[in-house]
Amino acid sequence: MSPLQTDIWTLNMGPQHPSTHGVIRFVLKTDGEIIADADPDVGFLHRGLEKIAELVPYPSFMPYTDRLDYLAAINMNWAWALSIERLAGIEVPPRAEHLRVITAELNRIASHLISVGALASDMGAFTPFVHALRDRERINDLFEELCGARLTFNYCRIGGVSLDAPPGWFDRVRGFLDYYEPMIDVFNRLITDNKIFVERLRRVAPVSAEMAIAYGLVGPNLRGSGVKFDLRKDEPYGIYPQLEFEVPVGRGYRDGVLGSCFDRYMVRIEELRQSIRIIRQCLDRIPEGEIQAKVPKVLRPAKGEVYCRTEAPRGEVGFYVISNGEKTPARVKIRTGSWSAMSIIRELSKGWMIADLVAIIGSLDVIAPEVDR
Amino acid sequence: MKELLDQLIALAVEKVPLLGQAPDWVFYLLWMLVAGAALLVYASLIAGITSWVERRIAGRMQARIGPNRVGPRGFFQWIADGLKSLFKEDVTPANADKPLFRLAPYLVFTGMFGAWAVLPYSARLYAADLNVGILYVMAITSLVVIGILMGGWASGNKWGLFGALRSSAQIVSYEVPAGLAIATAVALSGSLSLQEMVRAQAGPLGILGWNIFKSPFALVAFFVYFIAAVAEGNRTPFDLPEAESELVAGYNTEYSGMRFVFFFFAEWANLFLIGAVSTTLFLGGWQGPLANPDTWWGVMIGAGWFFLKACFFVFVLIWIRWTLPRLRVDQLMAMCWKYLVPIAFVCLIGTMLWMSVFGDRAFFGLVAVGP
Amino acid sequence: MATPAEIAERVQAQFGTAVLETVLEGRLPHLVVEAGRLQEVCAFLRESPELKFDFLSAVAGVDLGEQLQAVYLLYSYAHHHAFTLKVNAPRDNPVVPTVSGIWPAADWHERETFDLMGIRFSGHPDLRRILLPEDWVGHPLRKDYKYPESYDGITLRRDEEDWPDPGAEALYK
Repeated sequence: MSPLQTDIWTLNMGPQHPSTHGVIRFVLKTDGEIIADADPDVGFLHRGLEKIAELVPYPSFMPYTDRLDYLAAINMNWAWALSIERLAGIEVPPRAEHLRVITAELNRIASHLISVGALASDMGAFTPFVHALRDRERINDLFEELCGARLTFNYCRIGGVSLDAPPGWFDRVRGFLDYYEPMIDVFNRLITDNKIFVERLRRVAPVSAEMAIAYGLVGPNLRGSGVKFDLRKDEPYGIYPQLEFEVPVGRGYRDGVLGSCFDRYMVRIEELRQSIRIIRQCLDRIPEGEIQAKVPKVLRPAKGEVYCRTEAPRGEVGFYVISNGEKTPARVKIRTGSWSAMSIIRELSKGWMIADLVAIIGSLDVIAPEVDR
Repeated sequence: MKELLDQLIALAVEKVPLLGQAPDWVFYLLWMLVAGAALLVYASLIAGITSWVERRIAGRMQARIGPNRVGPRGFFQWIADGLKSLFKEDVTPANADKPLFRLAPYLVFTGMFGAWAVLPYSARLYAADLNVGILYVMAITSLVVIGILMGGWASGNKWGLFGALRSSAQIVSYEVPAGLAIATAVALSGSLSLQEMVRAQAGPLGILGWNIFKSPFALVAFFVYFIAAVAEGNRTPFDLPEAESELVAGYNTEYSGMRFVFFFFAEWANLFLIGAVSTTLFLGGWQGPLANPDTWWGVMIGAGWFFLKACFFVFVLIWIRWTLPRLRVDQLMAMCWKYLVPIAFVCLIGTMLWMSVFGDRAFFGLVAVGP
Repeated sequence: MATPAEIAERVQAQFGTAVLETVLEGRLPHLVVEAGRLQEVCAFLRESPELKFDFLSAVAGVDLGEQLQAVYLLYSYAHHHAFTLKVNAPRDNPVVPTVSGIWPAADWHERETFDLMGIRFSGHPDLRRILLPEDWVGHPLRKDYKYPESYDGITLRRDEEDWPDPGAEALYK
C-alpha cells in the first residue's frame, strides 16, 4: 500500500489572530498540525519613528518613545533620555535617578505581568491572565497618581523626570509591594505549577545559548537560554551599580530543556521578585533634592554619536543617535528586543505544532509596536 | 408513561366524546409534541441559565463581577443575549458550502438535545425509557461530531476546518474510553435502560448502592468516563477544536447570529448532559435519601437529587474550564490511547471479575458483612 | 576585555589597507573598512579568540549625503567589550556585502536597512522589504526622500486648504 498523499497547507495566521500579540502576521506552511515554515510578516504598525525622530527636537521625541513599547513606556523613556544625556554630557540629580529606577522597575513588573499572563492565556488558561491584569491595574493606579497617565507615561525628561512623587506615594508603592510579593506565589500555584502548563512548555522550542546570541536575542529571552547577562549588571547605568539584585537565568526548570519556553517564562517570574527587591532598596535610600538637571531650553548636543543600550523588560533597547550639533538628531536608529525575538521565530518554529508556535510567540514576549517602530 | 397517557386519553374522551372518533395515533402524536416541547423548554432553560451561571462563576474566579445589569444579579442576561443574537445578521461566507453551513448548527443542537429525551429525571419523570437508552445517548450525541465537522468544512475557512478535524479526531478517540467506562456501569447494573440502571443502584440510605461504591474499578471507571465526557464536550482542558489562542475560534469561526448561539446552547446543554449521564451511570441517578419511586413526593425528591447531582457536575466542569490550560493535540491523543483506554479496559475486566467473586454487593456491604 | 584602541590595532594589523579610517575618540570608537573586505573583517572579529564579537546588536543605515553608510554595532558576551564597524557605499549604487552568514541576526537588520535606507546587501539570502509594503516606492530614511502623494489609491497628503501643514518647524518652535 502506498502512503497517503499529503500536501503542505498554506495558512494565514494574523494579523487579526488572537494570539499574535498585536498586529503580526505569519504565513504558515503546515503539514497537518506540524509547522513546515512560519514566515513572519511585520510592519503593520510601522509609524516611521526613526524618521519622525529626525524631524523633532530631542526633548520632543520623548512621547514617541512611549509608543515604542506601550507596555513598558518608562523603560523606553529612560533609554531615550539616557542616550541624549550621554550625548550631551548631562548629569542627572540623584533623586531623579532613584525615581527612574522605581518607576522603571514598577513598569517592568507591569510588563512582565502581561507577558506571563498572556502566555498562560495563549495556553488556554484565561484566569491567570485576568489575575495578572488585576495586579497590573494597581501599578497603573500608582502611575496615574504620579504622572497622570496609565499607559503612555512620558515620565522621564532629558536630565531628570517630569514630576516629583506626590505626598505618600512612596508608602503606597511600598504597600503595593507588600501586597504583590505574596501574589507571585499565588500566581505560581495557579498556573506555574500546573502540570498541563509545564508539559506544554518545558521541552518546547529550546534555544541554545549560541543560537540565542547569534540571533541577537536579548533580555529574558537570552537569560532563559542560560546566558547570565543583564545590562543593569554588566554595563550598568543610572544607580543600578549601587543596588543589589540577582540575575535569574534559565536552568531547565522542571526537568525541561535549557532555553525552552518554560525557562523563558520562569526567568520573567523570577525577575518579578528581583524588581521588587530593587524597588524596596530605592525606596529606602531615595534622597531629597532636585528632580531635573539644568538643561538648555533648546538642546543642541555637540557633534557626535552614541549607542546607548539599556535593559527594558523585553531586553536590550539601544538608541543609536547621531548629532550634527543641531536641535534635531541627524539619525536615530532604534534597536529593540522584540525585533530579534521576532527574527528567530521562523527558525525556531520549524517542526513544532501550531499550538507550540503560539507558545513560542508568547514566551518570546514579542510586542508588535516594538518590532515595527 | 404509557399508563398515564392511557388514563389521560380516557379522561379526554370522557369529557369530549367527539374525540373518541379520532384514531389513537393522533393522541400519541399530540403527546409526543407536548413532551418534546416541554423537554425543549426545559433544556433551553437549563442551557440559558447555565450560561449565566458560568459567566458569574467565571467572573468570581477572575476577580471581576460578571454580568450584573439585566435583572437581579444579571440573571436575565441570557435572555437578553439570546434576543440580541436573534436580531443579529446571520452572515454566510461567500465561499461557504451554503446548505451544509446552514444545516450544521441544527445537527449539533439536535444531537445534544436528542439525548435529553431518555434522561431519567426521576422515577416516573422522563420522556421515554428506551431499553437501549445508553446506546441511544451515545449514538445520538455522535451527531454532534458530524455537525461540527460539517460546520468547519462548509465554512470554507482553514481555521474552521482545522477545528473540525481536531474535533472529530478527539471525539472519535474519546468515544472509546467513554464506551468502555459505560460498559462497566452497564455490567454492574445489568441493563441498558437508563431507568433500570438507576433502579439497580438502590441501596442503604439511597447512597451506598451507587455504582461507584460497588467496586473499586467502578470508581476509577467513573473518572475515566468523566474525563472522556469532558473531552467529547470540547471543554477545557480539551477545548482544542475551538482553541481560541490557536485556531481563532475553531469550527465556529465563521458563524454569527443565531447559528453561533446554537453551537453555544448545545455546549451549555451538554454540560448538564455530561452531569446527568455521569449521575445516572455512577452516582445513582435520582437515588438518594428519601427518594422513593412509589410515592409522588418521593419521585419529586428523586428529581431534586438528580438535579442537584447533575448541577454539581456542571459546577465542576465550569470550575475546571476556568482553571486549567489546554492540552496539545499529541498530548490529547496520548492521554486517550496510552492512559484512558488501557485503564478503561482494566476497569471493565476488573469489575467483571469482582462481580463474579463478590456478586454485586457494595463496598460497604463487604466491609459490614464480609465476602 | 579589550580597549577600543587594542581592538582597532588588531584589526589594522590583520587587514592593514582595508581599514580606511580609525576613530578612537568620542563615545563610539569605530573603524571604517573597505566594503569589499567587510566579510573578512567581520569573520575575523567574530572568530578571533581575543575579540570574539559574537553579538551583532544592530545594523544601522546612515545617509551621509554623497555616500550611504552601514553601521555595525557589535558586542562580545565572551569578553564584555563593544566595538563599531562602518562601511561606506556610493549613493548611486549602494551595495555592501552581507554579513548574515556570520551573524544570523544580521538577516533582519539588513532587510530593514535595505527597506528604509536602500542599501543593498549582496549575497543576502532573502533581501526584500520588511516593514514597508512590497510595492512601496523609495527608501524613507534617506534625507532626500519625497513623501508620496498617494499609495494604492489612498491619498497620503492632507488637504492643504482645510488642514494647512504647519510644518515640523512651526510645531516645535
